[in-house]
This record gives sequence, C-alpha cells and structure tokens, in this order.
Amino acid sequence: MAKFFAITIIVIAILSAIPILRHTWVAPEDISTHGHLIDEQMSETMAEAGISFLAAQFILAIFVWRFSNPGPDAKIKKFPGGAKGLVIAALLVVGIEVMALGIFGVKAWANVYLSPPSADAMPIQVQAGQFAFYFRYPGPDGKLGPIHPELINEGSQNFYGLDPEHDPDSKDDIVTAEMAIPVNKEIHLLMHSKDVGHSFFVRELRVQQDFVPGLDVSLHFTATKVGKYEIVCTQLCGLGHYNMKAYLSVMSQPDFDDWMKKEAAMQ
Amino acid sequence: MHDVAAHAAHHAPPTSFIRKHVFSLDHKVIGKQYYALALVAALVGMVLSWFMRIHLAWTNAAIPGLQLLSPNGAPGGVMTPEYYLQLMTMHGTIMVFFVLTTAPFAAFGNFFLPIQVGAEDMPFPHFNMMSFWVTFVAFLVLMSSFFVGDGPTLGGWTQYAPLNAVGSVAGPGQGAGVVLWAISIALFCVGQLLGALNFIPTTLDLRVKGMSLMRLPLSAWAWFITSCMGLTAFAVLMPACILVILDHVAGTSFFVASNLVMNDQMLPHSGGSTLLWQHLFWFFGHPEVYIAIIPGIGIVSHILITNMRKPMLSQRVLIYSMGALAVLSYMVYGHHMFVSGMNPFSSLAFSFPTLVITIPSSIVVLIWTFSLYGSKLRINSASLFALGFISMFVSGGVSGFFLAQPSIDIMLHATYFVVGHFHLVMGVAAMFGIFAGTYFWFPKMAGRMMNETLGKIHFWLSFVGAYCIFMPFHYLGMAGNVRRYSTFVDDFLQPLIPVHRFITIAALITGAAQLIFLYNLIHSRFWGAPAPDNPWEATSLEWSTATPPPWDNFGGKHPVVYHDPYQYGVQSSVGDYVMQTSPEQVKTEHEEK
Amino acid sequence: MATTVHEPPQIDPHRLPDQGHSGNFGWRNLVPADGDLRVALDYSPPPSSTGIWVVLFAITMMFAAFTSALIVRKGSSLDWQTFTLPSILYFNTLLLLASSVTLEVSRRRVATFMGGLKSQVESPARWLYITLFLGLLFVAGQYVAWSQLSAQGLYLATNPSSSFFYVLTATHALHVLGGLGGLIYVIRKLSKSSLRRSTLDATARYWHFMDVLWLYLILLLWIKL
Repeated sequence: MAKFFAITIIVIAILSAIPILRHTWVAPEDISTHGHLIDEQMSETMAEAGISFLAAQFILAIFVWRFSNPGPDAKIKKFPGGAKGLVIAALLVVGIEVMALGIFGVKAWANVYLSPPSADAMPIQVQAGQFAFYFRYPGPDGKLGPIHPELINEGSQNFYGLDPEHDPDSKDDIVTAEMAIPVNKEIHLLMHSKDVGHSFFVRELRVQQDFVPGLDVSLHFTATKVGKYEIVCTQLCGLGHYNMKAYLSVMSQPDFDDWMKKEAAMQ
Repeated sequence: MHDVAAHAAHHAPPTSFIRKHVFSLDHKVIGKQYYALALVAALVGMVLSWFMRIHLAWTNAAIPGLQLLSPNGAPGGVMTPEYYLQLMTMHGTIMVFFVLTTAPFAAFGNFFLPIQVGAEDMPFPHFNMMSFWVTFVAFLVLMSSFFVGDGPTLGGWTQYAPLNAVGSVAGPGQGAGVVLWAISIALFCVGQLLGALNFIPTTLDLRVKGMSLMRLPLSAWAWFITSCMGLTAFAVLMPACILVILDHVAGTSFFVASNLVMNDQMLPHSGGSTLLWQHLFWFFGHPEVYIAIIPGIGIVSHILITNMRKPMLSQRVLIYSMGALAVLSYMVYGHHMFVSGMNPFSSLAFSFPTLVITIPSSIVVLIWTFSLYGSKLRINSASLFALGFISMFVSGGVSGFFLAQPSIDIMLHATYFVVGHFHLVMGVAAMFGIFAGTYFWFPKMAGRMMNETLGKIHFWLSFVGAYCIFMPFHYLGMAGNVRRYSTFVDDFLQPLIPVHRFITIAALITGAAQLIFLYNLIHSRFWGAPAPDNPWEATSLEWSTATPPPWDNFGGKHPVVYHDPYQYGVQSSVGDYVMQTSPEQVKTEHEEK
Repeated sequence: MATTVHEPPQIDPHRLPDQGHSGNFGWRNLVPADGDLRVALDYSPPPSSTGIWVVLFAITMMFAAFTSALIVRKGSSLDWQTFTLPSILYFNTLLLLASSVTLEVSRRRVATFMGGLKSQVESPARWLYITLFLGLLFVAGQYVAWSQLSAQGLYLATNPSSSFFYVLTATHALHVLGGLGGLIYVIRKLSKSSLRRSTLDATARYWHFMDVLWLYLILLLWIKL
C-alpha cells in the first residue's frame, strides 16, 4: 500500500508537470510593452515553484516507500542533518529564493503601477456598470466633460450622464461601446465605476485593475500589435457578470483616425 | 463567570436526555455536535458544488429536482446565471465557516483539547454550550436564506462592497439575502469568540501536574494557536457585518460610495468607502484560512508521529513555525487586494511578508518529510490521509509563490488559478486533516473502530480525485479563465470548456466517494468493532483514559504527566512507546533540549 | 532540538516533576500530586482571570476595527459633518468613573468580608448596589444623549459622523449592560455566600475596562466628530 502511495504521488507529480512543460494551456502572446516583465517573472517563478513541488513530492514518495512497514528488527533512525540543518536550509534556500523573486518582481510591478503616464499619453475614460463597459474619448478639445450621475439614462443612450447643452467640454466627447486604440501609442485609461465593483482585464495586454466605486483610478499601457482582443470583467458584479465584456481593437494610426471619425459622426 | 472549581464542585453527570445530548455542558458532547454540524454543512456544500460543476460543464443541462429548491432560480431544473452565483456564495460560505472552521478546530478541539491537557472540562461550560448553539443558529439563519425572498445572496463569500450594501436593486438576494448572510456570520463570530474564551484558559490554566506547555501534544498547540487567531479575526469581522447590516436596514452609508447609479436611478447613499470593507474583511479573511489549516497541521503531526513510531525531528520548531504562520497571517492580508485600487506601494509592502510565509511553511513540510526518514511507518487510513495532507499542502502551497507577487497577480488575480490554489491548500488539505483526525480519533469518540478497507478506498478515490479536480484549475487560470462566471461566453474561454467537463466528471466521482466515508461513519458508529482504550499504541493523554471517556474524562482521577508527548521508538514494558502518564523511565528518552 | 539521551536518566522515578521546562509559563501547572483540581486552583491562576483578558482583548479588537473604519470613512469622503457632542456625555463619564470607585470600595470590603471579619464590616453588597445603580444611570444618560441628538434631527443615517456616534456608543452601552449582568451575578452569589474571589476580580476588571474604553471613545468622538 505504501509503495502504491509512493508511485501514485510520483505519477501525479509528473502528470501535473507535463502540461506546464508542454505549454498546453498558457496565456496568449503578450501585446504590451510591459508584459514581457510579467511573463519573465512568471516563468522564473514557475521554475522555482516547479522544482520545489517536484522535489517535495519525490522526497515524500521515496521516504514513504523506503520506511513503511519495516521488519520487526528495524531500528528507528534519525535524519542525520537534524532539525537545525533543515531550518537553516529552509531559511537560506527558500528564503533567498522567495526574496529574490520578490525583489525582481518589484520591477515588473513598478513598470505598471509606480510610473506615471507620459505627458502625451492618450486619455480614454472607461466606465463600468452592470453589465457593460462604455468608453469615452475626449474629442478634439482633449477635455472630458463632467459626469452628472442624475442624467444617466440608458434609454436615451446617455450612458455617462453628459450634458452637452451646458458643458462645452462634453460637446465633442465620443462615447463608444467598443474600445479602439492606436498601436504603439501610450494609453492613459481613466477608470470610473457607475455602480458596483468591476474589473478591467485584457489577457493579451497583461492588464488587470479593479474599478473602485467612488474612487477613480487610472492605468497606462501601450499595445504593440494590431488585432481584436476581449476585455472582460473579473470582479463579481452581479448576475450578468459572466457576460460583461467588450472588445478592444488595436489599430494602426490611420485606421484609428477613420474609426474615430465614424464614431464622432454617430454621436 | 462560571469558575471551573465551582463547576467541578457540583459536577454530576446529567440524567435527562436533553441535558445529556442536546443542551449538554460536556465538551465531548459539544465536540460531537460541532462535528455533526460540520458533516451536515459539508454535505450541503458538496451537493452545491455538484450543481455548480454540472452547470459549468453543460450550461443547459437540467438538474433533476433543483427546481423544487428554487422555482425561479432553476426553472425546469436549469440554473439561471444568478442562481449559479447564489449557490456559489452559499458553497463558499458554508465550506469556509461551517466546515473548515468548525470541524478541525471546534469539533476535534472541543473533544480533545481538555483531555489532552488533562482537564475535566472546559472552564466555562455554559459559554461552551452557547458557542455551539449560537453557531447552530447561525447555520440555520444562513440556510433560511434559500427560502426567503429571492434567495441567498450572490455576492460571493467575500461579499465585496458596495454590491453587498446597495440592496436588492443590485440583483437577486442582495436585499434580504445579504442581511441574513451578515446576521449569520456575525452570530458565527460570537460562537467562535465564545469558543476561544474557553480554549485559551483551558490550555493555559487547566493543565495537570507535569504538563508544561512544551509537553502539550502538537494538536493541542495547534488548537491553542488557532483560538488566539480566531479571537483576533472574528472580533474584527463581527463589526464589519454589523456595519453592513446597518447599511441595509438603517440607511447608513458605510460602504456605499457617492453618485452610484443603478437602473438609471441614483442611489440615496453617499460617501461610503468600498475599500473599507475589503480591508476589514481580509484582515479577518487571511487569518481565517490559517484558522482552517493550522488545526490540520497539528492533527496531521500528531497522527504522523503516532504512525511513524518516532517523534518529529523537532517539536519546538513545529510549534514556532505554527506560531510564525499565525503572526504573519495578520501582516499579509493585503495580498488579496493587489489590483483592488489600493495604493500600489501597499501592494509591495504586503507582498514581502507574504513571501516570508513560505519559510515557516517550508520548514513545516521539511520537518514532516525528513522525520519520515528512519521511521517505522504504519500505513492505515489515518496515516494515509495525513501523508495525503502533506502532498496537498505542498501542491497548494507552491502556487502561493505566484500569488504572493503583485506583478504576477495582474495575470492570475480572479482566475481559476486562485480557485485551485485555495481549494488545494485550504479546502482539500484541511479536509484531509479532518478525515485523518476522524479515522484516528473515531475509536475514542464513538467507542468503535472504523472500517479500514472502506477507509482506504475512500482515501484513494479522494486523493486521486482531488488532484484531478484541482490541478487543472491552475492550468485554466494560467490561460486566463476568470472565476465566478456561470457560463463561458467569451471567445477565448471556448477551448477550455472540455477541461471544465473533465473537472466536473472528476468532481462527481470524488464527491460520490465521500458517501463511502459517510456510510463508514454511520455504520461503524453503530456496528463497528468495539474499540480498545489505546488502539494505536499512542502516548498522549486521550489514550490513557477509557474508551469512550467518562463524563469527567479521567473517572474522578487527575492524571500526572511524566514525559514529553511523543516517547516513541523506546523500549518500555508495554512496547515501543511510553505514555505521558506512565511513571516508567525508559532507556532512550526523546527530549526537547 | 530533539536529542536522544543514551545514559540512564538521572531523574528519580518517584519524584514528581514539580515544574515544567517551558520557561515562564511552567509554574502554571503546579498541581498537587493527588491531582485535586480544587486545591490546584489555589496555586494556578483561575481560568476566569485568563478568560477575562480574552474577553477584553476581543472587545479591544472590535473597537479597533470600528476606529479604523471611522478613520477610513472620514478620510475617504467630503460628506462628513461635525456636530457638538451632547454635554450630558461628560456627566455620564463622571458617573461611570464614580461607579468604578464604588466597585473598588466594594471589592476591598468583600476581601475583608471574606477574610472572616464578618462582624466588623457591613455587607459589601450595598456598594455593589450603588455601582449597579450608577451603571444603570450611565446607560440611561446615554439614552438621554441619543434622544437629545435625535431631537436635533441627527439620526443614525443622517450623516456618517452620527452613524459612527450611534454605533460606537450603542456598542459600548451594550457591553456596559453586559457588565451590569455580571454585577447582578456577583450580588446574587454574594447573597448566597458562594461568591468566588476570582469572579469578583474578573467582573471588576471588565467594569474598569468599560471605563477606560469609554474614556477612549469620548476622546475619539471629541476629536473626530
């Protein structure tokens, strides 16, 4: 029974590792300027975690195989290294390992969250509400008009509660249901929640950030590859959470300008 | 205040059925009551997970009978998206609070902590009785939300604000459902605080002669550390629940921010802080996962030592590691909030203590595995589950390397990777601890032996099954599969649906295997072979008294302790061990220096 | 570290280990050899003295949570409106402080009373009744403060500041009521001559803690409201 246990653990450990080594299920290719840092951090962590995982399971299996149901004259022995050796090993090996991971990881984190967006970053506002995203572009004046929550009306398509009659800044604002951005251009995403908590997650962009009701947060990123990607909500927001999504189109600059014109005409 | 001596002075066994089995002051009966409650809760939670898994794999499949539970939530047995979220919330809440907290801590702790320290009972038996009954009422309140209004809350077990505070406009169950949830959890907190009020003085003040703190078995240490953690954590969750209830019933705005619009109507509340809830919740929530696992660490150590026939390499290091885990768990709660809009510098500040947690965890695992070296390991259901616990604890633990880092969390936050991580390390591992404890202690609790063959079948199905269910969760998460989705409509999720089908089949089989355990438990309770006083040749105090223990645990006597808890691998008159209560001095004595 | 002692141990098997080897805590298990727990209690601290610290710690954590909620809530928005605390609160503070003094007096008297000098002292119950009365008066005074506030139009939901005022004072008042329950229990035990010193001490500690907690709360409210 013990030998069977040992074999089972080893088989499970190897089977668990195979999809990782073969990259069966992985995140899609990165299309952002900062994503490679996260990906590198991920694969380094995977190497260390994977080795720890396999080593621990194998040692467990070997000891269970070797020391179970011994004969009557078997003697109790003590591991030569003793507890002191193990504690020192854990402190040194694991301690240094995780600290190194943590310190290297700071770089990837700092790249996303601790650096301010550049001055010429393109501002786009995203509003999350049950259960849709809406995007707002400031238009030619480069200014977003103020939001009047009491004016929000889905029926009349005033998703943001804008008042173009009275607010000059709102007049040329463009509100869309799809997000389009020019490629290789830094985007400064201003995140606003209409009702409850939501989250903005684009796997390819390596971007995930919660919307905080009552507190507008922002993100900045640069997409490097033209294409159409899915934006999904990852913060439980109610019954339609699973269906809260939008598309992100990364376009070349001319395509983007055309798109912008078309959207402006539809306002 | 009920003093132990005042209690002990008129300590006569009760005679009426109600005082004996229902409103009993006896810690052993209360422990069994907690166990029964956890068993019922685990069954409910498991069936809910079946429903969820079936819905995830085959969205339009009708689940026979589900429409009886909720005609609106599951018309014709087909689950609606909101009903999926409601069942998911109940599954999480039931499992975390009413199974993983009650079974390893309140159930086994109540039964065995006083016996392991040599006490007659807990110091405040009336509070102990209240602790169970308040918890029981909390469970009833939670269950009642299935049948009130539009069903239970759909906000997830974390109940993030402001979804938890804006009322029924946010969706089904967000009105009465949340209020019932918050009342239930607040009551649960009261119950666990009353538990801690008993556990801590029991450990500190009621030890018998010779039982110094370092002579306590590791399980007793684990319960003591857990009760200290529970004292701190539940005392913070309760006020948070009170504030949520006030936001609902009194119209206050603790958690609802200004200018929120739902259905084109502005909400009347204003100015609340949504992050406040997250801070309060996770200050409780992270220690809570250690409240679930530390008793398992203690129980598994206790069982492994008995079956290895040798002490751990170091008793002291294990105790200090458990203590370190407990202390660190309060410094890391922010790692649940890396992408929540919290200050990004705080994320880094929370990241490092989280990474440091791997050190005591690794020490515990290393001590366990390397103590196996040179042992005379006995394989039985209890030790198999204990070994399985180590394997699960490692598998679930290494994924913590990823989630501790805010940069990687950008990709893995709120995906199935997280679900796989906490299910393995806190769900499955803690459940294995409960199973190991059951197979090990059942003879003492019920006076009868459990069936070993059924126990081993139960182990193999559970062990392989749990890996089949929860390992793929990690792969799904790495591919970006978002959690808490009732159906997968996004394009990129379509290729992952076959994996979900595999998981569902594994979950149904593994769940069914738990019925073997249930059968074994019930059958052995009534028809099992009578258990001797010390079937495992163990050393701690619970094995030195009769099976099952008398009303005052030691039959009017008070044991005296002569040894460290785990004197195995020695030569004594009874075999290769010396009981803590035996005055016999043996040739080779393991002692902590 | 676990070591194996290979030579025969020096310990006399008939001598009982009279202390644990766990440092500072070892003395708590000084239990006589016959193992009679009631005798043992004379030597090791009664569980109620540990238990009351457990209770006080839980209450502290609870109010710490409320306090941090108050600070975060006040800092996160612009809708916080300050108001003047009803002046009866300061009077209530004096009442609560006085009740602590009277409880201390009765505790001393109980000590003498239990010391066997029953004929020389009057029954300490009178001072306990005075404490009880002052405590009830405090709760009544808090009620007056609440009605004064609601007369001004400040209700629980009016503003976050009033919300916190009501929540904090009501939670404290509930705990004071719990303390009053403890006092009644003590008086009942005293009248039956079965009062234990540890019970009285635990109740007194709780009661004084309610005092300290109230001083903290009124300071917090005075600064923040």
